[in-house]
Amino acid sequence: MSASTASPASIPAITVQRLTRRFGDLLAVDSVSFEAHRGEILCFLGPNGAGKSTLIRMLCGLLAPTSGTARVAGADVVAEPDEVKRRIGYMSQRFSLYGELRASDNLELYGALYGLSGRRLEERLDRVVSLTHLGDRLGHRVDALAGGFRQRLALACALLHEPEVVFLDEPTGGVDPVMRRAFFQLIDDLAASGVCILLTTHFLDEAEYCHEVVIVSGGRLVAQGTPTELKESLAGQVLVEVRSDRPGAALAALAAVPELIQVELFGVGVHARAVPGVSPDEALALVARTLGRAGIPCSPPEAAAPTLEDVFLNLVGREEPTR
Amino acid sequence: MTEPAMTLTDARLSFGSHPALDGMSFHVRTGEMFGLVGPDGAGKTTAVRTMLGLLPLDGGTVRVLGRDPARRDRELKEAVGYLSQRFTLYGDLTVDENVEFFGDIHRVKDLRARRERLLGFTRLGRFRRWRADRLSGGMQKKLALACTLVHTPRVLFLDEPTTGVDPVSRRELWGLLSELVLSGLSVLLTTPYLDEAERCGRVALVRAGRTLACDTPAALRASRRGTVMEVVCAPVRRARDLLLQSPRVGEVQVFGDRIHLFPRAPDDALTDLVAGLAGVSVSAVRRVQPSLEDVFIWRVAEAGP
Repeated sequence: MSASTASPASIPAITVQRLTRRFGDLLAVDSVSFEAHRGEILCFLGPNGAGKSTLIRMLCGLLAPTSGTARVAGADVVAEPDEVKRRIGYMSQRFSLYGELRASDNLELYGALYGLSGRRLEERLDRVVSLTHLGDRLGHRVDALAGGFRQRLALACALLHEPEVVFLDEPTGGVDPVMRRAFFQLIDDLAASGVCILLTTHFLDEAEYCHEVVIVSGGRLVAQGTPTELKESLAGQVLVEVRSDRPGAALAALAAVPELIQVELFGVGVHARAVPGVSPDEALALVARTLGRAGIPCSPPEAAAPTLEDVFLNLVGREEPTR
Repeated sequence: MTEPAMTLTDARLSFGSHPALDGMSFHVRTGEMFGLVGPDGAGKTTAVRTMLGLLPLDGGTVRVLGRDPARRDRELKEAVGYLSQRFTLYGDLTVDENVEFFGDIHRVKDLRARRERLLGFTRLGRFRRWRADRLSGGMQKKLALACTLVHTPRVLFLDEPTTGVDPVSRRELWGLLSELVLSGLSVLLTTPYLDEAERCGRVALVRAGRTLACDTPAALRASRRGTVMEVVCAPVRRARDLLLQSPRVGEVQVFGDRIHLFPRAPDDALTDLVAGLAGVSVSAVRRVQPSLEDVFIWRVAEAGP
């Protein structure tokens, strides 16, 4: 992707302003505003029912908003939904590939669906095949490909028409870690070429690969920032990790301390979070003292770095009970 | 050490010419949460199915509570609980009726009291008259777990219990599983997600029908010798390209706003190199632990093709 080596990071590829969607009494998306730029990988995180898919459907031109505006790849989702569909790519784990056809047949089929033919189709096929390193698998039946290759093929199909914005829906679940790392390298190359990538996922380690993370809950945008910024937002709170041969007893003893919340078992260890206002040293001493008094042998307590999962669960409360 | 709750030793099983299990071995201790962790196609579900006696092995041995599950004797069946990937709840039955249905199948005595305990444990009591298909995905998973536990098994097999479950429900599910383990149950669960392995007492990393490594998560991380430096910087791609030119750098992984740097020499923190990156603004440098994904990838490279 040599066409645009200059940094395109300041050009907005998605602009969303007060986007809202109601279904009867339900406010599924409630006045959401954000921007995503070319060259950027943006991640959407949210629990089930947070409004993620409603939002994505609106951004793909598949569902009209109740109010608010959104421009995707230069087209207005309300006025020109069909134009939006032409300018975006979409890839999901449930992406339909034809299992009994060869990889190359699938690519040609999707090329035809996008209206590509002749030299243009050949050029684009060469381009996406080299980007996704699928050259030596083109003759294989899709059924016979490993998950990681199927995922790359799905991505190649979604990129054939040279979209400016690409939506990835939980793209790497269940894939071999070796393949997954290669996949995100590829996504980064794609972003570097000027494409804007919007990823939705339940898996917080996929979000770690993104430049910007947007957290939605109850139809609202509740936080936005780089993964590092979001973790720093928990800077005031201390996470303590301690290992013990009697993790159950350690769990029970620590759960009884009012200054400690979210006390959880991690294998032979226990993780606990101190309430705001407790300093790291105080928290470590508190854990050591509590377990010492209870006569529970343990490793020296250590402060653990917060993860995106900690950030997420801190912002997003409990699950909604029903669909 | 008492006898392991379950063992799989040099297990071999082929489907046609495809070896699903190619010498996989591990054992699960009594009262531990054991994670069988690996990508799709690694043989996780096949291993579970052989341990349930649903698939006979071509070679090797399998034991559950000291018995051969292929014999499918009644006593062993009553001691085992199994939550499959597509556990079937009856959508048009209520929460109560689902638990009762599975209780009847297992001829559970005193089912009413057992049901109360399970609905209390999974905090589904409030929803007992709801039809199962009206529940959210996370709650359906909890109901399926309650049904799996109805006959009070001693060992529990959970095949990808967290796949498709959102992070909020997932944390709650892990809380429930922790309680089960603390109450003495031996649990084997499978997951494709390496970060979930941290929740387990011990894990086996599996790939292509083989065990790559088996230990506690902490020991597995410690086995990956050498330093990982995390550098928060901008622009990250420029930093990567510059760092990769140095012979002291083994590997560079790009994450959103930072990179992970693997020095070639175990104790080389590469401090001078990071400080001297032209045109890159570095906002933080810290030593981090290798992730289990790092360990997995490293073990794959060690194992060879």
